[in-house]
Amino acid sequence: MLAILLAALATLPQVVAPYFMHLLIQILLWGFVYTSWSIMGRFGFVSLGHGAFMGVGAYVPALLWNYFGVTPWIGIPLGISLAVVLALVIGYPCFRLKVVGHYFALVTLALGQVVMLSIVAARDVTGGSLGFTPKAVGYSWFALQFPQKVYFYVIALALWFGGLAVWYWVDRGIGREALDAISEDEEAAATIGINVIREKLRVTVISAALTALGGAIYGQYMMYLNPETVSGIAVSLQIVFAAIVGGTYTALGPTVGALLTISLNEGLRVAFGTNFIGAANTIYGVLLVLFIIFMPRGIVGMIEDATKRGWRIKPL
Amino acid sequence: MDIYLLEAILNGILLGGVLALLALGLNLIFGVIDVVWIAYADLVMCGMYLIYYLYAEFNWPFLLACVAAIAFVGVLGILVHVMIIAPILGTAPINQLLATGGLLFFLQSFATLLFGTDFRNIGVRLPIIRFDSIYISSARLLAFTVAVAGAVALYFFLKRTFVGTAIRAIAQDRDIVGLMGVDQRHIYLVTSAIGGALAGLAACLLILQYDVHPFIGNTFGPLIFMICVLGGLGDMIGGFVAAFLMSQIIAIGGYYFSTELSYVFAFTFFIVLMFLRPHGVLSR
Repeated sequence: MLAILLAALATLPQVVAPYFMHLLIQILLWGFVYTSWSIMGRFGFVSLGHGAFMGVGAYVPALLWNYFGVTPWIGIPLGISLAVVLALVIGYPCFRLKVVGHYFALVTLALGQVVMLSIVAARDVTGGSLGFTPKAVGYSWFALQFPQKVYFYVIALALWFGGLAVWYWVDRGIGREALDAISEDEEAAATIGINVIREKLRVTVISAALTALGGAIYGQYMMYLNPETVSGIAVSLQIVFAAIVGGTYTALGPTVGALLTISLNEGLRVAFGTNFIGAANTIYGVLLVLFIIFMPRGIVGMIEDATKRGWRIKPL
Repeated sequence: MDIYLLEAILNGILLGGVLALLALGLNLIFGVIDVVWIAYADLVMCGMYLIYYLYAEFNWPFLLACVAAIAFVGVLGILVHVMIIAPILGTAPINQLLATGGLLFFLQSFATLLFGTDFRNIGVRLPIIRFDSIYISSARLLAFTVAVAGAVALYFFLKRTFVGTAIRAIAQDRDIVGLMGVDQRHIYLVTSAIGGALAGLAACLLILQYDVHPFIGNTFGPLIFMICVLGGLGDMIGGFVAAFLMSQIIAIGGYYFSTELSYVFAFTFFIVLMFLRPHGVLSR
């Protein structure tokens, strides 16, 4: 099964047009970012500020490359480190002081705004709202720049597989039971000897680091960064909602979310042209509301439930 | 003192009035009955569009358009409750945030679809008050006055009337209040209608100062949520204090640095205060 999937994914670049290649890379990269979010989101730690980590991960290597000629091979780890520091600085006091639920969501929302507005405010260095273009040097492993899409396809594919691997690693690890207990009841979890703060920090750091990595590769691929599109409130919300539509509690859910939202967007764009700006998101918004009300476990979650029950739809 | 700094501080106070007015209805919904409408600022946007079309396109008198907007957004409030909040009232509170987040996407995109992304202005400009060499926008002064009056009225409504008491009771325990002879569904509907109407009221005063566009909610949405939390949920006076703290940070930060940096300071201030005073600035 897995071998067939791998073979299919490997032969794709030979047969599809560059436009679909571009879509595929987008789906894999965003699927990776959504999966990274769901690593903590599935335990009920809903962060509305993952744009912060993505922005840091994308801007740090690009800035270092343009101003100091530092290769992304060093810049990307530095960006990830900064995102991890940010996650610790916000996460530790939050978990220590039991800032949970929608309070946690609001604190992370503020964090996302702080990072986005800081990038805009430092417009002399970052180009502000006009965006930032890394210096292009053509094909180069040193600069991690490849004009041919196939390289990024392979990178994105590897990244996506890596993300799934981490998801399974967290899912199968001993910490998973602890995290489930924490998401049910923090106080009770603490009384049976679970180190609540450490367990929560661990998944937060993993999630932030992976999101920053996703942001970095996204920047290298697009060769253009804009604070709104890599770090704004819209990105943070997009991450949360796509993951939920696909299914937060399953490994493939966030990827299905990416597949669905990107195809919906592109499909409507092609079908209606630019006369119907907003049509995609209008439908998307309605879908979100319906999903939360009727199937909070997302598409993949619902399919799993249905297979277990033998495809009978349970009356509500 | 520097005259421009003084002007910045004065305008900060008036901006605080605008933010306090916006936070008023949200404080009733989010603060008192603990329901999260993340799309609250987008309901205000709907009200602004209605006033724009009634006044500028259909030539209604401005005040009549305002009354229509207050009623319209009040009805929207009821719809939000019946269609989105009521079905998930018993599930995890975070679901309310996510479902109304979907509503936020819907309202913003639907407005883009209907009205385009143009900035629209009703063309009414209230005079600028000149005071010595300081200039004050009278539209903001009006918003400030209405915010104060609204907060006082809401305070007495919650403390002195039966419905107000029932609203506060439902905030304490959603189930027990039924045993006391209060119909919960009725109270939720009334509160949602009032919350929506207050969003409509905010729309009436915002349209005098800002151009309306589909994404105007993003300008205020996060800020007013933070004000409600900073002030202490459900605390009308705390909400006022928080609105003025935030607006002063924005005004003075904007004077010394830049607008973006001033918002960075305001959001950082929120994060830090959440750790230092999680139950609001006035909490003991």
